[in-house]
Amino acid sequence: MEEGFFATFLIVLAFACIIIAGKTYDQVMGFHTTIGALFAAVGAFIIFKNYFNDGGIAIPQEIEGKPNYNLGPIKFGAWAAVFWGVAGFTVGLIIALQLAYPVLNFDLPYTNFGRLRPLHTSAVIFAFGGNVLLATSFYVVQRTSRARMPGRIAPWFVILGYNAFIVIAGTGYLFGATQSKEYAEPEWYADLWLTIVWVVYLLVFLGTLWKRKEPHIYVANWFYLAFIVTIAMLHIVNNLTIPVSVFGTKSYIVWSGVQDAMVQWWYGHNAVGFFLTAGFLAIMYYFIPKRAERPVYSYRLSIIHFWALIFLYIWAGPHHLHYTALPQWASTLGATFSIMLWMPSWGGMINGLMTLSGAWDKLRTDPVLRMMVVSVAFYGMSTFEGPLMSLRSVNSLSHYTDWTIGHVHSGALGWVGYVSFGALYCLIPWLWNKKQVYSLKLVNWHFWISTIGIVLYITAMWVSGIMQGLMWRAYDQLGFLEYSFIETVEAMHPFYVIRALGGVLFVAGSLIMAYNLIMTVRRGEAAEIEAAPSGAVAPAE
Amino acid sequence: MADGHNKEIDALSGVETTGHEWDGLKELNNPLPRWWLYLFYATCVWAFAYWIIYPAWPLVSGYTRGVLGISQRADAIAAYEAGMAERAETGQALINASLDEIQSNPQLLEFAMASGQAAFGDNCAPCHGSGATGAVGYPNLQDDKWIWGGSIDDLHQTIRFGIRSGHDEARIGDMPAFGRDGILDKQQVDQVASYVATLAGIEPEAGVDVAAGETVFAENCAACHGDDGKGLQELGAPDLTAPNYLYGKSLEAIKAQVTNARNGVMPNWEGRLDPATVKSLAVYVHSLGGGQ
Repeated sequence: MEEGFFATFLIVLAFACIIIAGKTYDQVMGFHTTIGALFAAVGAFIIFKNYFNDGGIAIPQEIEGKPNYNLGPIKFGAWAAVFWGVAGFTVGLIIALQLAYPVLNFDLPYTNFGRLRPLHTSAVIFAFGGNVLLATSFYVVQRTSRARMPGRIAPWFVILGYNAFIVIAGTGYLFGATQSKEYAEPEWYADLWLTIVWVVYLLVFLGTLWKRKEPHIYVANWFYLAFIVTIAMLHIVNNLTIPVSVFGTKSYIVWSGVQDAMVQWWYGHNAVGFFLTAGFLAIMYYFIPKRAERPVYSYRLSIIHFWALIFLYIWAGPHHLHYTALPQWASTLGATFSIMLWMPSWGGMINGLMTLSGAWDKLRTDPVLRMMVVSVAFYGMSTFEGPLMSLRSVNSLSHYTDWTIGHVHSGALGWVGYVSFGALYCLIPWLWNKKQVYSLKLVNWHFWISTIGIVLYITAMWVSGIMQGLMWRAYDQLGFLEYSFIETVEAMHPFYVIRALGGVLFVAGSLIMAYNLIMTVRRGEAAEIEAAPSGAVAPAE
Repeated sequence: MADGHNKEIDALSGVETTGHEWDGLKELNNPLPRWWLYLFYATCVWAFAYWIIYPAWPLVSGYTRGVLGISQRADAIAAYEAGMAERAETGQALINASLDEIQSNPQLLEFAMASGQAAFGDNCAPCHGSGATGAVGYPNLQDDKWIWGGSIDDLHQTIRFGIRSGHDEARIGDMPAFGRDGILDKQQVDQVASYVATLAGIEPEAGVDVAAGETVFAENCAACHGDDGKGLQELGAPDLTAPNYLYGKSLEAIKAQVTNARNGVMPNWEGRLDPATVKSLAVYVHSLGGGQ
């Protein structure tokens, strides 16, 4: 039944791609439909092959009374995250160097900053972050529900389909196919494909919760569910476009003018809120208590801050559009909700940090736990800085400057990056039934090298951004601008070099991680029974 | 099976758990931290106050305007008008005064120099460089070699109307593409390029008949650049004996220019900048060192 459905869908898709590829006038569309036809045909072939190999017998839900967890798609997602992470950080380093040394654009359209920048942001947010979220959510929802994910094909369809979306989106940027909407650059056909994948993801996740053997739903799953549902809504509304033709890549968005700007930043801000915050808080709620072997600090706090965060975040988007054509009332409303969001955001930090109470000594010996705890500290810092920057008076200095870039990266490198690294350092040994990661010493190196990198990055951007903002608004005694724009660009050069140096360190750290994780699978010591620690509340003595 | 009946006391903290358990994970039943709760209330109070004071909520038509009647738009317009009023007096004086009068009046000169420098940085520096030293294709404004004249009136006219800008009064002078359009053949281009090279003090190409080049020059180029190659500012024909070559000073660059004839464009700033600023730019550029 399920096999038949997916096989039919993929075959229809393959034919549709072939027809479009035959009639298209657009080289990028030709390339993408060729890839699409290939992926769909291979997918259908694998479904048939497996079906005829085992006759489609049902997979046991339990083996010897223990849930028979579906780990294959999780393993794929974890490695995809490592791969896209290293790739995305490297592209980030390249564009950081391009800003410091523009000659590195090489005067080629494919290596131009304008095309590589969305490649970087999409690779780190959606490819790296997205695969971390998919992999951990599949793992966490199964374990905390004590149930196998529903479907034989569906979980694989989600993880492979999502990565196919990444390939289509990324190559599209390089060849110049873009909607020109920040963090929503992929064109209409990639958006449609992602919508299908995302709906299946939601169904797999809900199905696992439906099958759960626990009376309650664990807090991490609330956050994952909020992430999945809200991203679906944001993605669809912000990408309502009308293609010029089904045979071409170009489309036009249905929103126009200030409404388009508002929808875009409603999307953009909540992509931060529900993808990069709610999703990664879910990771924090599972992996920190698990690693620290301590109970979550406060159940009540988790409920209150969850609902407050969900309710307040969705209003805060207009603070990205202060002093624009957006009416002042909308901008005020966005800023006030951003301020009210401060404590709900910090609720997650408190719950993460206080879970460590009674286990703080582990930070000395466990660099993985240290990485995750530092990530929560970065989360706290970014979510304090964010509301501050949402105020009109602060924003008039910070907006359009590197301060924003610094703010984003303290959250992206510090919070999202570190909590993901921590989760991967836990997850890969668990998935391959290893006692521990190959080398804790290398984790320690990764931690320190990256931390120095992050500090260089964000301090350089703070100094550069505030300097830039002050130079832009400096007037001489006769009321004329003190500095021309070019002088402000020149003044930023040293900080761009420091930022790129920070990037070098961060990339170096991620390479150490990739090596360490590969060696964990190849050489790691096998765990005896079950790799995941019991998490039982054990007295310290 | 874990449920509410399995509450236990966590030995380390002495706090009761909720009795739930998932994959070995439990939760403590700690209350909300007081400071957290009160700060949350404080931010809510702050937000409510803000909504009362400022425009904040949409209504069926219009929006809540706030008790103080604050309007960002009205503030911006008022600030703009105040700034313009502040400048209007000196700005008007600048418009009324002749360029010579500006240069001899210290107060007007100071104002024009400040205005000109600011306007130069944001409008001229992208091509001419922030130090006004130019680049290939963009003349150096620091030296005393001028293609269209270096008196303050010449500069003012160039800035106002531009060069080949499409403005009716723009300065226009088109060098023909001698090679591309077949006016000269390849050999003649090489010859004239080598002759021009001698004017510029560059080594001519080995084996090329420079004397023949001189003849080609006299027949094709001298009408604009003059018999001696010293150029003619009325036509915008550059001095070929000068040290600066607009499109590069090398044999290859000269050949390229004779063949394809780049005719660069400078925009007209009248209509883009106000008259006082355009005058200020003329004063500023004239002061850079090369003004005549």
